[in-house]
Amino acid sequence: MIDIAIVDYGMGNLRSVSKALEHVMPHASIVVTNDPIVVQKAARVVVPGQGAMPNCMHELTTRGLKQAVLEAAENKPFLGICIGLQMLFDESEEGNVNGLGILPGKVRHFPHDTMFDAEKNKLKVPHMGWNQVHQTIEHPLWEGIANDARFYFVHSYYVEAAHPEVTAAYTRYPTPFTCAVAKDNIFAVQFHPEKSHLAGLTLLSNFAKWEPESFA
Amino acid sequence: MGLAKRIIPCLDVNNGRVVKGVNFVSLRDAGDPVEIARRYDEQGADELVFLDITASADNRDLILHVIEEVAAQVFIPLTVGGGVRKVEDVRRLLNAGADKVSINTSAVINPRLVADASGHYGSQCIVVAIDAKQVTDDQDGRPRWEVFTHGGRKATGLDAIEWAGKMQSLGAGEILLTSMDRDGTRNGFDLALTRAISEAIDVPVIASGGVGSLDHLVDGILQGHADAVLAASIFHYGQHTIQEAKEYLAKYGIEVRL
Repeated sequence: MIDIAIVDYGMGNLRSVSKALEHVMPHASIVVTNDPIVVQKAARVVVPGQGAMPNCMHELTTRGLKQAVLEAAENKPFLGICIGLQMLFDESEEGNVNGLGILPGKVRHFPHDTMFDAEKNKLKVPHMGWNQVHQTIEHPLWEGIANDARFYFVHSYYVEAAHPEVTAAYTRYPTPFTCAVAKDNIFAVQFHPEKSHLAGLTLLSNFAKWEPESFA
Repeated sequence: MGLAKRIIPCLDVNNGRVVKGVNFVSLRDAGDPVEIARRYDEQGADELVFLDITASADNRDLILHVIEEVAAQVFIPLTVGGGVRKVEDVRRLLNAGADKVSINTSAVINPRLVADASGHYGSQCIVVAIDAKQVTDDQDGRPRWEVFTHGGRKATGLDAIEWAGKMQSLGAGEILLTSMDRDGTRNGFDLALTRAISEAIDVPVIASGGVGSLDHLVDGILQGHADAVLAASIFHYGQHTIQEAKEYLAKYGIEVRL
């Protein structure tokens, strides 16, 4: 029995995600896999992602993993991280590529020429570092995590959900953007829980225990 | 509320051991990178930078084991630099558990490396380290900053501000900026240099070189406009903890992760 499958479609460093999950679930079976059958068999699925979304979508498709990811997003606890959040949406401004279309909305680039902080200093893009995550709903994955706790971000694009009710948290940079979404068995975050110290480990531990209500 | 300024301790690693010594109270082994990394993690470090200064090619792989071990126990971003010459070097460090790889001399020798590495793995994991020294311009006699390589020994003729812009356009996701004039002096950052580069580019700048007190960290952020500040000796010798540094910055209204 595979407890958690981390989907490896060749984009970036999955070691951090698997190490953090192993740390919070030392006795679980956690695999990093590029095999769609393993993804289908796993009880839970994590879809990470780094780099550019067009490359991510291309690799996911050519490696035959797209269907397995779409199925997982329908029928088992699903955690998307970074590009793994962005690809849930319809399309991205990054290379004008289509996403998986599971959630309606777009992925947009930060308008960096017009972003300033309170002291009128230019804000940098990528948005890199520890920022506050303001929870907007109660959710089992927020259990034990203080509202406005800081998580580690590194990204230049953000999601704009067409249905605001999927937003589970927002972050300001400088205007609020959706940094976490929740819908049925899906939870996905823009930040990196695997690099976010205790708050991040708590979120991963919550995911490992999560029994979505829609399956009850 | 918003993005916190980052405090980053830097560890020099030689043959798999931290050098320059680190004096924490009750540390069993002052040269063990894993133990030191855990200690900084507990104190609230926002990231860790490992600089591999191993000279012998035979022992270069030792850094991979260090990173593997640290990454299994410390869940904050890890940047590794030193001796990165090829995309393959970047890949091996990322696979070992590094989140970002810092490229310095090799970016000057072969700027395509920055483009290739960021094209392959994304800008988010490619840091370009720039070592700059103030020089007098040959033509107009005005001061400017020049890029140096090989640990500050070799002049390149490159203007540091232009170079930072070029590195950003080739795909660097962050600039680690060290003033060679200040490095090791404990007299504070070169604030004019830090500010000039930070304002010239869009990607974050980590200020480095010269920190001797907590006031220097404040200056680097408020006057130098750095997005992150890196220091070694003030933390290594127990002069200050990371937590103390953050509380000090917070008193000046700087946002930090406490």
